[in-house]
Amino acid sequence: MPQGDLPLFYTFHFYLFGIIAVVSALLFVTRRSPVAAALWLVNTMFCLAALYVLLDAHFIGAIQVLVYAGAIMVVFLFVIMLLNLGHPSEVADQRGLGWKVTAGFVGLALLAEIFTLTRVRIPDRLALPPGTMADEVARGGAIAPLARSLFTEHLLAFELTSILLLTAIVGAVVLARRNSDAG
Amino acid sequence: MLAESLFFSAVLFVIGVVGVLTRRNAIIIFMCVELMLNAVNLAFIAFAQVHGIAGQVFVFFVMTVAAAEAAVGLAIIIALFRHKQTVNLDNINLLKG
Repeated sequence: MPQGDLPLFYTFHFYLFGIIAVVSALLFVTRRSPVAAALWLVNTMFCLAALYVLLDAHFIGAIQVLVYAGAIMVVFLFVIMLLNLGHPSEVADQRGLGWKVTAGFVGLALLAEIFTLTRVRIPDRLALPPGTMADEVARGGAIAPLARSLFTEHLLAFELTSILLLTAIVGAVVLARRNSDAG
Repeated sequence: MLAESLFFSAVLFVIGVVGVLTRRNAIIIFMCVELMLNAVNLAFIAFAQVHGIAGQVFVFFVMTVAAAEAAVGLAIIIALFRHKQTVNLDNINLLKG
């Protein structure tokens, strides 16, 4: 991220991608067809990847495109098409007015709560000097600082992740297996 | 850009919550949960810029957990669909007393 007064193109692209992400998310929750919804969600995730790059997290941006928009959403689309969820009884899944009003109130309350929280000033001694992250990326590349932290401070969590993934693979296979060929 | 990122993050999270509350299709609700995870990731990345690289490491773990969750959750949905021939949550009420 450039320092000092942000250049216009930076702010412009930040807001552009942010607004596209929010609009796609709105279209995502209002689409009736699961396939259309999934494609709008992919669009949101691409815009979020762009925001990550603008926030000096280039590697996470790439991972976002590969893992979220690539792998996870393809699995979702695969399941939607495997189960053939396009027929009317599955598509008409919007809840009634009561639920929508409730959801609106819950949403407004959450928004108010989150906005109150974001107004809290963070003490300056907790914050890095501005531009530290950009300097680190300029010096060590986009991956090295992340890798150093991941493989030293967070090594245990990283190793535990492998167990989690193994469990998830086995669990998914067991759950999705047909009952007839069990045992 | 911390304030702007948190703004977008909050809006995306709330859209996810509203989606969970207003839809009945299990897969769409699941995708709304993914949207909420993404919103939190955006907040983490924005904080990582101010407070150090740990935020990005957290996002890395959140993505791993989301991938595992998607695999297991979709397997559960497939199993449910085999059983009930529907993914409409109003028809899946085995635990209702």
